[in-house]
Amino acid sequence: MSDITQSGPVLAADGRPLKRSLARALRMQKLRALLLIAPLLLFILVTFILPVADMLFRSVENRIVQDTLPRTVEVLADWDPASGQLPEEAAFAALAADLKEAANVKTHTKVAKRLNYENPGLSSVFRKSGRKVKNWDIANDGPFREKLIELNDGWGDVELWRTIKTYSGTFTSGYFLNAVDMRLGAEGPEVRPENERIYNTMLIRTMRMSLIITFSCIMLGYPVAWILANLPTRQANLLMILVLLPFWTSLLVRTSAWKILLQQQGVINDTLVWIGLVDDANRLVLINNELGTIIAMTHILLPFMILPMYSVMQTINPSYLRAAKSLGATDWTAFWRVYFPQTVPGIGAGSILVFILAVGYYITPALVGGTKGTFISNLIAYHISTSGNWGLGAALGAILLAVVLALYWVYDKIVGIDNVKLG
Amino acid sequence: MADASNVDAFVEFERVQKSYDGENLVVKDLNLTMPKGEFLTMLGPSGSGKTTCLMMLAGFETATHGDIRLGGTSINNIPPHKRGIGMVFQNYALFPHMTIAENLSFPLEVRKMGKSEREAKVKRALDMVEMGAFGGRRPSQLSGGQQQRVALARALVFEPELVLMDEPLGALDKQLREKMQFEITHLAHSLGITVVYVTHDQTEALTMSDRVAVFDDGRIQQIAPPDQLYESPDNSFVAQFIGENNTLEGTVKEINNGIALVQLDDGELIDCKPVNVSRPGERTRVSIRPERVEYNKERLQEGVHTLKAEVLEFIYMGDIFRTRLRVAGNDEFIIKTRNAPDQVRLQPGQQIEIGWLPEDCRALDA
Amino acid sequence: MKLSKLSALAVTTALCAPSAFAEEMANELTLVSWGGAYQASQQKAYVEPYLAANPGVKVIWDESSAEAVAKIRAMNEAGNVTWDLVDAVASDSMRLCDEGLAEEINHDEDLAAAPDGSSASEDFGDLIVSDCFVPQIVYSTTFGYRTDLIDKPETVCAIFDTEKYPGKRSLQKRPIDNMEWSLYCDGVAKDEIYDVLGTDEGVERALAKLDTIKDQVVWWTAGAETPQLLADGEVVMGSTFNGRLFSAIAEQGQPIGMLWDMQSFDLDGWVVPAGLPADRKARVMDFLKFATDTQRLADQAAYISYGPARASSAPLVGKHAELGIDMAPHMPTDPANAGNVHVYDYEWWADNRDDLNGKFQAWLAK
Repeated sequence: MSDITQSGPVLAADGRPLKRSLARALRMQKLRALLLIAPLLLFILVTFILPVADMLFRSVENRIVQDTLPRTVEVLADWDPASGQLPEEAAFAALAADLKEAANVKTHTKVAKRLNYENPGLSSVFRKSGRKVKNWDIANDGPFREKLIELNDGWGDVELWRTIKTYSGTFTSGYFLNAVDMRLGAEGPEVRPENERIYNTMLIRTMRMSLIITFSCIMLGYPVAWILANLPTRQANLLMILVLLPFWTSLLVRTSAWKILLQQQGVINDTLVWIGLVDDANRLVLINNELGTIIAMTHILLPFMILPMYSVMQTINPSYLRAAKSLGATDWTAFWRVYFPQTVPGIGAGSILVFILAVGYYITPALVGGTKGTFISNLIAYHISTSGNWGLGAALGAILLAVVLALYWVYDKIVGIDNVKLG
Repeated sequence: MADASNVDAFVEFERVQKSYDGENLVVKDLNLTMPKGEFLTMLGPSGSGKTTCLMMLAGFETATHGDIRLGGTSINNIPPHKRGIGMVFQNYALFPHMTIAENLSFPLEVRKMGKSEREAKVKRALDMVEMGAFGGRRPSQLSGGQQQRVALARALVFEPELVLMDEPLGALDKQLREKMQFEITHLAHSLGITVVYVTHDQTEALTMSDRVAVFDDGRIQQIAPPDQLYESPDNSFVAQFIGENNTLEGTVKEINNGIALVQLDDGELIDCKPVNVSRPGERTRVSIRPERVEYNKERLQEGVHTLKAEVLEFIYMGDIFRTRLRVAGNDEFIIKTRNAPDQVRLQPGQQIEIGWLPEDCRALDA
Repeated sequence: MKLSKLSALAVTTALCAPSAFAEEMANELTLVSWGGAYQASQQKAYVEPYLAANPGVKVIWDESSAEAVAKIRAMNEAGNVTWDLVDAVASDSMRLCDEGLAEEINHDEDLAAAPDGSSASEDFGDLIVSDCFVPQIVYSTTFGYRTDLIDKPETVCAIFDTEKYPGKRSLQKRPIDNMEWSLYCDGVAKDEIYDVLGTDEGVERALAKLDTIKDQVVWWTAGAETPQLLADGEVVMGSTFNGRLFSAIAEQGQPIGMLWDMQSFDLDGWVVPAGLPADRKARVMDFLKFATDTQRLADQAAYISYGPARASSAPLVGKHAELGIDMAPHMPTDPANAGNVHVYDYEWWADNRDDLNGKFQAWLAK
């Protein structure tokens, strides 16, 4: 009794304060836990977090202009593009010197490429001039203003100089603006010309189609999950194998199979024509459009919807339905008021999985989506592997990530993330 | 009511059979008649068919053969939700996504009852089980006993005439179970509802029921009030299943004046009441309740056959003494004696003689 | 004894002398190509004879030419170039060269001279479109059509005539060639195409022309797609590389015809990534000299219907290695096929590609 009523900190058997003893014991435990996960943590850090961070960094990084054209950037610092006047001779001389140096190590093409993203056409000015300027004598050939403009009248355009000045900082918002169809104009951010706008359309299309795919997965997967959860184990296992079958087939094989099925001379159209439901001259267009992407991706992602729903349904005791019926509910009411609400966590988990996977898919849309059924991920892949505009690809990726996180947050607000069960 | 064979009958099973696989009968030729207001317990080991009977009555299983009638009308083809039978499930089956009040309101909503009426009924039902303060909680926030009360209230809130209970107290601890046993019987009798109660706990069956139907192997072995079941079991299964019981095996020598002379396998002779035996030479299993065995010579009746016994073990249990004996080669012969001031405490190794009244010793089927 | 040992040493040294240089060469060679029949022809015509002459060398193929630019750029940034020799189309080689990602080649010194003694740069002529590029083959992007069409297309403009040739067409998913064809068919004179395309109005005009058939176009990215689509009857005509069409027609006997009109000439050749260690570079240059000599280029034409890039190889082009048919008439360089060709302006595209790609992608997504 006296132990409890004594004033001051409670002491452990060895006389140390109990709190400190406890903290020490817990610290050991935490340290051990940390050591156990350390290899995985390190692995993820090196193979995932660092590369992703590096990629995301590229979406704002812009050292190339000041690194390649250091003199020009310095001189242009005092120039006011709003004046509408070309910069002084000093700027042209600085540019000629920079360009010559860059052309010798072939970096002028890189800066040209970078600036061309913001001002299409600039690339050819740099490239063409670079070939000539390489042979100039910077010390004695001046003045350069007329010489450069004569070489390529692009140098007489105030816009070009403004672009160099605007994008000379270490960091840039250019890629992100580009990713939302905008650019930095003379008066701050402005919308790009109509024939260069693409990303907003693609982002909205990606979201819309991913939602449709998620919804189709729910509609098709729910009854299957229900049957799985209610069959005897043996039959359920067999059916489960059928559900998992797509997982064990290569993505390309599956997608190619859809091609054979869905194309206009494909199995489905042939069958419909043979039955007489469809006229031979008006075969259905089931592929190389939105429908093709939706069909193929619903098929591919279906298991990701069924599995969480199934594992949630499995935990729902059949006595709930019986109870509802004994209380006077019809089959439908019992399902809708009692069974369905309890499966919502499974639907939620499946939907999040399917939606996030769908948003990031690009192989299937590229193969069966034609031009109307492609996603923003296809453009990211295009910029990373074909056009080489990694900064824009990174910015698009960052926006996609932000949108997914935002949706996740909204879902958490509406449904509650602790309401998500994977099993 | 026209075709009712028995005016008093409220629930009737007539020649009901049930098979799940088309090969084995889980319920074999079941006949049962219950009057209104009765509390009937179906008791039996697992797999005896009692739960199947309950599910057929509730409508969740269909009878393979036979007729089930409720209030004189056959309900074979009536879906569960139209039967108007209240049911309490083993795991309570309270809807986890609804509050307690919503759970109770559910059967009233599906009956299209108005809001104010619903609220009044829910309140009354919750008060009835002393759960009035918990209407806004979720089932997971309640203890097992509280959930049990809510399940009961939900089964009663729409005022069904028949309530089925499927081992409702199975998950509770002993003390709470005994308390709830009392409350359920009390409630059932005060509301005048008919209850079919399924359990495998014989104490529960004996303490709660008006009548108990003992199930084994798909049949009702005996259906009787608790005292009759305990004291006059019809066969050795019932005798074994209900309460503690000593059995000795032997052969009937003769039957005279309602007394059967049975020769035990070690040669000794005892007097018994013939229940399932009719002629000499038949094998029989003799059943004697532990508390009916007497070893105090002064109290033994004149002329009864006695048997030699050796005390193997003496267990002090507070209110009673439990003594294990070896009798006629049976090492598991138990006697129970009241802990009274004049009671002798037997010592292990002690040789005694035991005896009983012939009517307490029932010669049953072998 | 001593003498013979010495002489043996001398003989060994003498024998080793020619290969002393080889000791500085790496024994592994990673070649990057396009896979499929084209890579197989390189394996047969270049690699197998080279390995026969240089036992101990190991060749590893990587089928990544489609992503050559992006991958070399990534390797260069990471400072770990794992490729030794990369097969790339001319425009990719120009980009790599422009960005300093490819090694400059001294064609006359590094490559074999023609059998008649003329230098490599004379032998390749105009086809050396970049300092880093060693041309191998001349191919063309041309049109195939279903032979069951009632009217056989005779000009490239048939792709825009949906009334006479109803059905889908397949085009490569890139602005190059498509923009030129659409301006040509919109009435722009052949030698003015690039002037017109250099203006915003010209781009609009080309896209507007493509708009007229946009709904009817299946866009391809891999060379195998058009032959498959034609074989399936999914499209009535489509552009692809002439070698692919040849193999579909001659080797597989598909009902496909080949249209030689306004086909776009293009080149494919070797590029050496910048920044190779000395021993690996030595091996690459040794292989490159061997693989691009007159005989090797002529040999390749026995396996695939692409024209050898050396003028001196043309007379040596023989018959198909398996079918035994004369390959010359199937070469894009054959005079009968080169009546009306489209000369693809590399420099113009190198300067304008990024710009037009953006507009083309935006147009596609609409």
